[in-house]
Order: sequence, then C-alpha cells, then structure tokens
Amino acid sequence: MVTSILPLRASDLKVRKSRRLLLDGVSLSLSGTGTTIVLGPNGAGKSTLLKTLHGMERLAGGDIQWALPDKQARDRQAFVFQTPILMRRTVLENVAYPLRLNGTSRKDAFRIATDWLNRVHLGKALNQRATDLSGGERQKMALVRALIRDPEVLFLDEPCANLDGRATREIEDLLQEVHAAGTRLIMATHDLGQARRLAHDVIFMHKGALLEQTPATTFFENPMTAQAQAFLNGDIVE
Amino acid sequence: MSDIFEGLRAAFWLIFTLDADLIEISLRSLYVTTSAVLIASFIGLPLGCWLALRRFRYRRTVIAILNALMGLPPVVVGLIVYLLLSRSGPFGVFGLLFTPTAMIIAQVIILTPLIASIAHQAIRDLWAEYHDLLISLNTSRFQRMGTLLWDGRRALLTASLAGFGRGIGEVGAIMIVGGNIDHVTRVLTTAIALETGKGDFALALGLGFVLIFLAIVVNLAIHRVSGTEVRGRW
Amino acid sequence: MILRPLFALLTLATATLVQADEMKLAVTTSFHNSGLAEILLPAIKDDIDLDVHLLVVGTGQALRLGRAGDVDAILVHSKAAEETFVAEGFAPHRREIMFNDFVLIGPNDDPAKVGEAATAADALRRIEATQAGFASRGDDSGTHKKEKALWAEAGFDSADLSPEWYRAAGAGMGATLNVASGLNAYVLSDRASWLNFGNKGDLTLLFAGDPVLFNQYAYLPVSPTRHAHVNHDAALRLEAWLTSEAAKLLIDGYRLNGEQLFTFNAQ
Repeated sequence: MVTSILPLRASDLKVRKSRRLLLDGVSLSLSGTGTTIVLGPNGAGKSTLLKTLHGMERLAGGDIQWALPDKQARDRQAFVFQTPILMRRTVLENVAYPLRLNGTSRKDAFRIATDWLNRVHLGKALNQRATDLSGGERQKMALVRALIRDPEVLFLDEPCANLDGRATREIEDLLQEVHAAGTRLIMATHDLGQARRLAHDVIFMHKGALLEQTPATTFFENPMTAQAQAFLNGDIVE
Repeated sequence: MSDIFEGLRAAFWLIFTLDADLIEISLRSLYVTTSAVLIASFIGLPLGCWLALRRFRYRRTVIAILNALMGLPPVVVGLIVYLLLSRSGPFGVFGLLFTPTAMIIAQVIILTPLIASIAHQAIRDLWAEYHDLLISLNTSRFQRMGTLLWDGRRALLTASLAGFGRGIGEVGAIMIVGGNIDHVTRVLTTAIALETGKGDFALALGLGFVLIFLAIVVNLAIHRVSGTEVRGRW
Repeated sequence: MILRPLFALLTLATATLVQADEMKLAVTTSFHNSGLAEILLPAIKDDIDLDVHLLVVGTGQALRLGRAGDVDAILVHSKAAEETFVAEGFAPHRREIMFNDFVLIGPNDDPAKVGEAATAADALRRIEATQAGFASRGDDSGTHKKEKALWAEAGFDSADLSPEWYRAAGAGMGATLNVASGLNAYVLSDRASWLNFGNKGDLTLLFAGDPVLFNQYAYLPVSPTRHAHVNHDAALRLEAWLTSEAAKLLIDGYRLNGEQLFTFNAQ
C-alpha cells in the first residue's frame, strides 16, 4: 500500500520555548512534488518550522495533518541537520543505522549503505570513523543516512551552512537527483543563490510568522511583502 | 620506611613462590568482585541509561538518592545485609550468611549506585549528542537505550571498572557478611585487616601490594581486550 | 573468559566442602591470635573428619551470632554473659575448656611503676595516679569486660576516666595493641595476643600472675530447639573432642616463644 503521506496541512501552529513564541500561528500546506525553500533572516523560525512539521517540537497550539496516520507519516520522512550528528561508529555503520532500526539484516543494510556511499564518493571511507571525515564528507554522510530509508519527504536545515563551494555543489547535485526521483524536499537556507538554484516554491518567514508561500519565480521577481523585498535586496530586515 | 621495604619483599616472595593460600584468596577476591561487578553493571548500566533518557516527576530525587548512595559506608551495607541474611532475618532460610554469595550480594548493593551514577553521566552526554537524530528517526524507547548503551560502551566500561576498583579494595561489608573464614570467605582485603590486627605489617603490606598489582593487571587486560585508550576518543 | 576458571575454582571449593561435615564456630580474636586454632583445626579434621569454619569476632558479636543462630557453637571467655546466654535458652549448657591469662603491657621505662605493683588493681591505681596513657579495647569484648571489672576493683568506673589519657580504641586486640604501641601507652592484653603481636615497638610485659587475671574459655553449642537448622550433632562432636585427652595434649603442649599459653581444665 504505497499511498502518499502528502498533502500536509498545518494550521495555526504555535511553538513556545521558555515563554518566547518561536512560531506564531503558521498555516501552510504542502503537496505534489518539488523543492520548497524556507527563507528568512536569522531567528525568523525557519529551523523551528521544519522541526515542528517533522514532529520534533511540542505544539503550544495548532494542528499538523498528514494524509496518513502519524506513525506511518513519521517513518516516511527524514531530516538533515545543520551540524551533522555523528554516531560513534564507522561511516558505513552510521549510514546503515536507520535500516538496522527497521530490522534489515546487517548484511543487506551494509550492502545498501555501501551503494549509497559510493554514489557520493565516500566508498573509500566506509570503515573510517565518522569523526575522521571532513566537514563536507560529514554532511554527505548525514544526507545519505537520511536518504537510505527512501523518504517521501526530506527536511533539510541549512545543510550547506558550514560548507565550501565544492561540497555545496556536490550536495546540491545529489538533492537534484533525489528530487528527480520523486522526493519532496523542504529546505531552510539563507543562501539566496542556493535558493534560486533549487526552489520551486518559497516560504518566507519573519519573526515566527509565515509571510509568503509562493512559486519561486513570483517570489524572486515580485515579492508581496515589504520584509521579503528588503530581504531580497540584501537590506537588514528588522 | 623499613616496613614498606619489608612489605615489598613479602609481596615479592608471596608472588614469586606462588603461595597457595595467596592464590586461593586472590582468586576468591576476583571471583567475588567480578561477579558483583557483572551483576551491578547488569542493573546499573541500564538504570543509568534509563535515568538519562526518561523525564519523570521524581527523576531529580532519584538521581540525588543515587549519588548519595554512592557515599554509603560499606560497613552499613554489610550490617544491613548481615541482618537480612542472618538466620533470624527475613532471608535466613537460604543459609547464605558467611558464604561468598553473601559477599557478592553486599558488593552488588555497594557498586550498583556507583556504576549507575557514572553511567548516567556518560549516557546523558551521549544522549545530548544523539538526541535530534534518534528523535528524527522515530526510534522506540528500547532502540534508544540499545543505541546509547552500545555507542557509549567505552564510557560504560569505565563505569564498570570504577566499580571493580571500589569492590576489590572494599573490606567493611565483606568482613561482616563473609566473616573472613579461612578457605571459605577470606579474601585479600579481609586478610590484610587480619594481619594488620596481628601487627604483622609486612605481610599485610605484601598482600596490599598484591591487591594493587591485581587491580592494575585487570584494568590493563580489560582495556587491551576492548581496545580503549588505543584508538582515540572512542 | 576470565570467569570460567573462577567458576571452576568455586565448584571445586564447594565440592571439597561438601565431602566432610562442617560447622561454624564463633571464637574471640584473642583465641585466634594465639595461633592455637591452627594446631587444633587440622587435628579435628583428622580425628573426627569435621571442618570447623572459624568466625573471628569479639565476645559481644560472638554471643549475638549465637543468639541469631548464625553459628553452630561459640568459644568465648566472659562467664557472666555466657551464663545469661544459657539461662535464656540459646545454649543447652556451658562447658569450660581451658584458661589462659591476661597481662599488663606498657612502655619500657614504666613511668607508673606498674612493674612494682602487688596486685592487678594496684597496678591500675598506679596508672590512674600518674595519668599515664592507657589503651582500652572499648568494644565490649571479653577482654574489655575483664578490664572494666579490674578498674572497678581498683575503685574506678572506667566510664568516668578522662579520655585525655584513657583511650578507648573500639577495636580488636591487635588493633588496640597497635594503638598502645603508637601512643606508648599501657594496655591490658591476653598473653597470646601479646606474644604473637609483631609491632611491639617500645612496649614490654610489666605485670602478670595475679589470679584475678586468669581467663576462662568456655564452649557453648547453640540450642537446636531455638534454631532447628544448626548442626548440633557436629557441635556436640566438637565438644567431645575439645574435652578429650587428645585436645588436652595439644592445648597444654602449645608453646609460643617457648611459653605455655593455655591450661586445659575441662571436666
């Protein structure tokens, strides 16, 4: 039974942390295919929005509805963090880990993980400790670890924030492939160039509120809000 | 100073001549403490892990109690276990008093809080590292425990070794519940207490050096087998 | 990996234990320090095939172990406490086995002139008069009870003596001798513990021989009606051996540094 977990409907999401309102009544819906880029200045609530949609934050209000029950929906999403989380294991074991959780045999999990690592040119590093990888390699490893369960929706929280140009390009190439294979991407970034290269539609956040959700072309050429306009111009957005 | 040299000489001769009594009490020391460490680790490691993972109402209280129990004087533990295992006590029917089993029970009570507390700290740090990943992967509570215990195994080994160190050198509790019976419950530490009581400092010190030697050998052996301290941080 | 030989050892140990009959006997530290046990136990094993496991404790704890039924018999030296023990029904009877004696130990230069005392009570009065240091067991053991009785005879309540010079160690005979050696203080000890003691330092034997210092050891099997699980049969066999001619020879013949320690007097 391979029905989709999309569309996702979120209404009036509120997230509070130590009395500060991080999300203030965000409503949105996501469906179909494509790559959604979440933009906004620091502290706008981009990360919080992704984590909330992924089910990692406690809701102070509002409601998240996937097309399938929560448990099934959770198993078909994955998340890539800004700083890769490295398990104290080898690269191969790190990537195979999500499959092992599902009960996949060690042998099969390692075979699939090896295939994925070869795809991102980490085939030589299989038995290295994850901590011995470079920054770009770490994020590639984290990315294939997120992809190994073949998620329908992939959240990415500024995955290239700390990477150099070459590593960023490798990640973007892989994301293009993943998108082509039908995975729905939702990615926060504050690199406008990256947003232009990848976005099909854009969510613009400001002070915990969602100000715009529009197709990418509309957003970049004709933003509706003054804040988005200022952000695109490179002005300081207050 | 001359006492210390006498002690070293006594230790050397005891080991060099493979003194039968020395081997017997050393093996018994190892048997009692190793068993106690295994059992205490079996309880303490998952308990420490569980305390690091679960958020419940009296968690802080439980941790505070655990830390306080670490400082529990072994003599008190010995006395309580003695009263429980005594023929007139609630578990008297099992006839365990003055057996190595009674000594293991007492040491399990002494070591479990220590091992659990160190494990709790180690796992708490690891959990902070892994938290987002394990939540994102929608792991069950059981899977989280398993992953943290496995990936934290080096730190947990240190917890168990700390337990071993405390257990092998402990005398207060095992003296009371074991009774220091020759050929039955005499171990290195109780033998040391006995020889000190007789004023035979050289032999007591000799046994003390054997004890230190034994503790070092066990630590080195375990680190060697597990490969810790060889390959960097983990 | 390490465990397998350990378990093998334990199994072996248990196996050897099961073969012969065994029993637990609580004895006082002073008896154990004499070294006599190491002569008697092998003989007992040879003669009546009985493994006697010794629990070396103070008289107070020995009596408690007997009351709780944690040992099969006790060998102690505190007559009044023993008679209470029998009266309360914890032992069917009390059997006197042998006696040794207490001695007064003190520093070589003997500031209180204890060596010139006529009686034990006189010796203690001299110590009190000079306030020279005195180390007491302070652990309610048989030796401690004896010491308190001697102070009473000398006209003092030991509880009222000033801790400035009267130090209660709260420990066994050996540990208390260690304290005395460290403080260069006077101390009451049984002769055996003193002779066996390895850390004499500046201490020497100053006074002995007053009949009041004789120390009677008695054997009390724990009552099987009070504690059905005790090995009463073994306890009676041991009593029979301890009062036998074989035991008399070994006890009277035991020498430490050339001195006889114990005198067999079982009836």
